[in-house]
This record gives sequence, structure tokens and C-alpha cells, in this order.
Amino acid sequence: MIRLTDLTKRYGTFTAVDGIALHVPKGQLFGFLGPNGAGKTTTLRMIAGILQPTHGTVEVAGHDIQKDPQAAKVRLGFIPDRPYVYEKLTGAEFLRFVAGLFGQGGAGVEGRMDELLALFELTDWKDQLVEKYSHGMRQKLIISSALVHRPDVIVVDEPMVGLDPKGQSFLKDLFRQFCDRGGTVLMSTHTLEIAEAVCDRIAIIQKGKIITVGTMAEVRSQTESHGQSLEQLFLKLTGGAELRSLDGVFGD
Amino acid sequence: MTEAGILRVIEPKWRTALSRLRQERDGIGGKLVLLLVVGGGFWGGTYILMERVLRYLKATPEVGPLIASKILGVALLAFVSLLLLSNLITALSSFFLARDLDLLLSAPVDWFKFYVAKLGENLLHSSWMVVVMAVPVFAAYGAVFDGGLFFPFVAAAALFPLLVVPAAIGAATTTILVNVFPARRIRDLLTIVAVLAAAAFVLALRLARPEQLARPEGFRNLVDFLTLLQAPTSPFLPSQWAADVVMNWLGRVADPLPLLLLWTTAPAVVVLGALVHRRLYIPGHTRSQEGGDVRGAERKQGRWLTFLLAPLRPSQRELLLKDLRVFFRDSTQWGQLILIAVLLVVYLFNISALPLNTGERLPLYVTVMVIFLNLGLTGFVLASIAVRFIFPAVSLEGRQLWLLRSSPLDLRGLIWSKYWTGTGPLLVLAVILIVLTSTSLKAPPAVLALSICTIISLTLALGAIALGYGAVYPQFETENVAQIPTSFGGLVCMMTIVGLLGLIIAIEAGPVADYIRLQQAGQRGGTAALFVGVAVVMAVCAIATVVPLRVAMRKLEAMDFEG
Repeated sequence: MIRLTDLTKRYGTFTAVDGIALHVPKGQLFGFLGPNGAGKTTTLRMIAGILQPTHGTVEVAGHDIQKDPQAAKVRLGFIPDRPYVYEKLTGAEFLRFVAGLFGQGGAGVEGRMDELLALFELTDWKDQLVEKYSHGMRQKLIISSALVHRPDVIVVDEPMVGLDPKGQSFLKDLFRQFCDRGGTVLMSTHTLEIAEAVCDRIAIIQKGKIITVGTMAEVRSQTESHGQSLEQLFLKLTGGAELRSLDGVFGD
Repeated sequence: MTEAGILRVIEPKWRTALSRLRQERDGIGGKLVLLLVVGGGFWGGTYILMERVLRYLKATPEVGPLIASKILGVALLAFVSLLLLSNLITALSSFFLARDLDLLLSAPVDWFKFYVAKLGENLLHSSWMVVVMAVPVFAAYGAVFDGGLFFPFVAAAALFPLLVVPAAIGAATTTILVNVFPARRIRDLLTIVAVLAAAAFVLALRLARPEQLARPEGFRNLVDFLTLLQAPTSPFLPSQWAADVVMNWLGRVADPLPLLLLWTTAPAVVVLGALVHRRLYIPGHTRSQEGGDVRGAERKQGRWLTFLLAPLRPSQRELLLKDLRVFFRDSTQWGQLILIAVLLVVYLFNISALPLNTGERLPLYVTVMVIFLNLGLTGFVLASIAVRFIFPAVSLEGRQLWLLRSSPLDLRGLIWSKYWTGTGPLLVLAVILIVLTSTSLKAPPAVLALSICTIISLTLALGAIALGYGAVYPQFETENVAQIPTSFGGLVCMMTIVGLLGLIIAIEAGPVADYIRLQQAGQRGGTAALFVGVAVVMAVCAIATVVPLRVAMRKLEAMDFEG
């Protein structure tokens, strides 16, 4: 469902994403991991059609996002890491607006909106302006908006940030069920336990390049990290496993 | 621990400005050339016009210099009134809604330093355009009345306190109003401010009665006329003191009182403002943090709008509805309408007060001048609205552009929606304005038709120019919506529109003058030339519409959205 070929993004002389090739088939929940500044968000934004690649291609459901953006985007739901939404719209108005952007409207959308708002416990807030929402509520609203047009593919950047444990657990189930019903999820996350628990496959990206990709077992085997947790494996691959003295920070 | 000083408080602002300059260093040459050409043209035009008027007045014995002084008094009064309103509205954003407030208020910053820093920020954003406009006016006074080498310093000494006073009064008034009205009623508050401001502005201008200066025959005798000229426009207003400082210098009159009044009043007002700030700012800020509510009446209106827009495609309809909702719920955006509303009221009121319908036949040059002055002023008002509301359209999507770009919405659809949301209401306003004012001026039907065609073509073009510049110079990271139109792009946009307006007037002036001359001589003809003039103007405006829209489209397509 998602295919990246030689995907590259350069900002001047800095290469944020360096020739990535990746395939996420239908029905798979794929974890995209990496340290801060590794190029995860840039990759996800290129897949969503927000950033233009310097080189390479992105295919979503068989459509090239550059050549046929409408057809590709209509199948896609994107959840960004920062919940920037229109503060002066109500939750219901925002969902209706997003559905409209995907060419949908009418009773069907109203019904789906009600279901999603109930699912994310936002029904009581649906007629309140978004400026009154907490960070977590905004995140839930954005997740609802990515689902309101019934996408086939969800691309999600750090979905757990700002959610309470109940919300995180619910989201985990939601993505799992979405994939079990034939949907595809590409999820970037720093919450390694969640990635380990729910992802079918993972890729670890560092300095713009994918350094390992596969199922948990395959990744362990590739990196000779048998018996190690994903956190240990991640630190081993990306550095930072060693303890540092913090005297300089906290004082003697 | 060293306490943070004023410079530290405003550090993010100037550092941001510096980084932006550094980032844009590659393209700065082009920008500079554009600014020099457009800005130079604007300043040059204003200077030449003022210089001619003042030279004519200087050559008029006795009353000439008095009229020049009166004009300066009225101009500065208009400046101060606009500044007061502008500061009042900007203070709402700078003091109560800016994004840096959480950081500043949670830091151990002294309240007075915070106040001065924010007041300075407010003053800068509200006043720089007035200063830009004042430079050629003062330069013309200095040149015509031999101000000498030190005149720029005298003008600056007169102007600076004139900027400080409305800034402090505006900030204090906003602080009081925010305490009196709950945040969710800020729109009611601003409506009241608008009505009061419009009334005060009209009253001030009516008291000054500038049109009488053009009609000395209306006075019973010369003594009456001279009495009016010698009487100050408003002896208790700082604008009059500033005018006196300038005219005293130019007239070689040694009277330090006006300068003293200005330079004691300004700090006194700042101190009073600081006292208001100390007592009322924190409670006011707390109140302003409450979220707004959507009222029942608004929901009903929303349903009606949805019904009316039903024939549109869902994406177009929802985009349009979203733009309207966001606009009318954001007081920092629609609050700017107040400035425009006041400008419109004053403009219409003054057109109706012009002494043109006295029964006498006016000289040809007066008739042609009034027609084009009206066209020019209407165009200027429309340009101000376009720069205030259409120019920021792309910038306002800023942080939400991820949503539009990741949706299947065609960028052409986005551009069209932004264009028509702004240009549609502007077209209606343009036609109403030109019909009302032309009828009031008793313009001949052919000239009225020409004016309507011209203003429609111009409005379509200026909407596109504003949107185009908005896409070329977006302000995605802005903290204050009201500051977007006063950015570099906004300034160049305004100047470009004024340039287009000048070009249109230049094209039409000849045919219209010929037509009116023939009409006044009782002859027929001149209509063909009139048609050709309109056709050329429409062609120019068509180019000025299509090119900026294409540029906006290309710019959006090539844009990377990091927000």
C-alpha cells in the first residue's frame, strides 16, 4: 500500500532523508523508529504530500503522490505530531470541514462524526471551540479527523504524545483492528513498548538512512541482538546506551 | 541573579527579525530593488503632490501659510485618530493574545519592563506605517518653507511623542475594557469601540471643517476667514501641539511651549498607562484566557449559510464556511474591520459634505479632479481592505497547511476559495461605494458607468495582487494576525496596488476630461475615447488579475510546509 523508492530530501547541503526504499503491504501495522532528527517526520510528511521530495517517489495505494496527488491522498489519513487545528472552529465543524476536503458530506458523514466523537469521548465537547480543548483532546480530534473519510492507509507521526494511558491503550487497539480489517498503518513513535507490542514490522532510521527493517525477530537476527528488548536493540543501533555523568547538569 | 531587562524581554523579536534577514539574504537584492522602486514611487508621488500644494499656498499672500498650518493640523489629527484606534486593536493581541505571553509571564520579569517592552512592540507595529506616510509630508513642508538642516530633527521631535501618546492610551484603554468585558464578549466590546471611534472621528473632522478652507467666499468677510485659520484646530490635542512645533520652526517663531507640552504629556501618559497596567493587567490577562463560545444565533446563521452554499462541492463549501467562521470568531482579525469601517464612514461623510452642489457650474478641472479623487480614494479604501484581509489569507493557514496539503483538495480550489472569499464581498462594497459617492457628486451617467467598470476591474485585480503577494511573502510564524498586513510583503503589496491605481487614473484622465469638456460645451461625442480608455484599463486589470493568481498557485505548489 505504501512504497518508497530512493526517497531523498535535502535542505541546502543538509540531507534529512537519504535514499530510503521501503514497502508497507496492505493490512500491516508498520513501526517507523529512530532518534530525534533522524528523518522520521520528514519521511512521513513526504508520504502525506506535505513536503516535496528532492528525489525519489512515494506511492500510496498504487498512486504516485507527486503525479496523481488527488487519487493518492483520498486513500490516506494523516495524523501529524503537533495537533495544530483551527482554534475558532468547534470540534464538529472541524470534522465536517475535513470530510468536505475529502469530498464527503451529508448524513453519512454526520453519522460517522457522531460515532468517532463518541469513541474518543468528545461528544460533550463537539460544539465547543477547539481553543477550549486540552492537548490530548486536540490529539483525539485530529485522529478522528484522519478517520472520518474512511481511509485505507493511515500515516501517523507520534500518535501517543499527549494521550492519557487509557487513550494510548485505545489507540493501540484501534490501529490493530484497522489493520486486521485490511487497513495499513505507518506509525512513527518513540514509545518502544507500543511498537514492540503491536507492530507487524519495524524500520529504524538514523541520519536519514534506514539501518534495519523487518519483523522483531528478523531485526534481532540481523543485529545479533537475540533476547534483547526493543529498547536495548534501539539503543545499541542508534547509540546512547552508555551512562553519562550528569555532574555538570545538576552540580556536584 | 540578574533581572531580565527590557532588551532581554524583546530579544526574541529582534533575533527573529535578524534570522529572517539572514535567511533571506540570498533574495534580499531583489526585495530591496522592489522596495526601492515601489517605495520610492510612493514617497516621490506623495512628496511631489504635497510640494506643489504647499508652493501654491506659500505664494498666496497672508492666508497661504495659515492654510498650510491648518492642513498640517488636520493631517496630524487624522494620524493620531488612526493611531489611537490601531493601538487599541493591536494592544489586544500584543498584551493579551500573543504567543510569547506564557513564557514572559512565567519568567521573573519586572512588570514595568514588561509593560515598556510590550508598549514599544505595540507602538512599532501600529505606528510605522503612519511614520512612513508622514516622511514625504514633513519633507515637503521642510523643503517649501526652508526648514533648514535641523528640520528633520524638529519633525522627529514633534512626531515621536505623538506616537507614544496614542500607544499608551490605546494599551490602557484595552486593559480596562478587557477587565470590564468578559473575553467571550470581546466582539461586543470592539463593536462599541468601533461606533464610538467612528463618531469621535467624524466629530473631530467636523469641528475642524477642512472643506471651509476651500470655500473662503462662504465667510461673511475676510476677518471671519482669518479668525478660523488662526484658531487652532483643537488646542488641547497633541496633534495641534506637534503641528505648532513644526510651523513655529518653519515660521521662525520662538515658542517652546508646544514642544514642552508634547514632551511632558507623553511620559505622563506612559506613567498613567503603567499604573493602569500594574493594577489591571494580570486580572485582565486571566479573563482573556477564557475560551469563546459559539452562540445559538451563530449556529442558526451557520445552518442558513450551509443551506445557501449547498450547490457547491463539499470541499469548496466547507473551505468557504471554515474561512467565514474563523474570520468572524477571531476578534484580532475582524477587529481590523473597525479601522476600515471608520475610514468608510469618514469618507462617505466628507464626500456628502463637499460644497459641490451649490448650483454653480464648477470649473472643468474641479469636476475631473473630484471624479478621479473619488475613484482614487475608493480604490485606496479597497486596497486597504484587500491588504488587511486578502493578503494574510495564505499566512493564516500557516500551521494548518499540513491538513490542506495532505487532503486531496486541489490547490487551484484553495486559491479560488481564498480569492473569492475575499474578493466577493469587496466587489459588493466597491460597487456600493462608487455608486453612492458618484451619485452624491452628481457624476454624469457615462462617467458613472466608467467608474463602475473601472472599480470592478480594479477590485478583481487587487484581490489577486493581495493574494499573490500573500503567497510570495507568507508569514506562517507570525504571533499576531494584525501584524501580517504591515510586513514587508504587505507594504510592497499596498504600494503595488496604489501604483496600479495611479496607472488606471492616468489612462482614464484624458478621455474623461475630453468627454466632460464636450458635455459642458453642450457638444456630443467623446464616448468612443471613453470606451477605449475603459477597454485599456480592463485589459491592464485582467493581466494584473491573472498573473498574481498564477504566481500564487506556483508558489503554493513549490512550498514545503514544515509547520
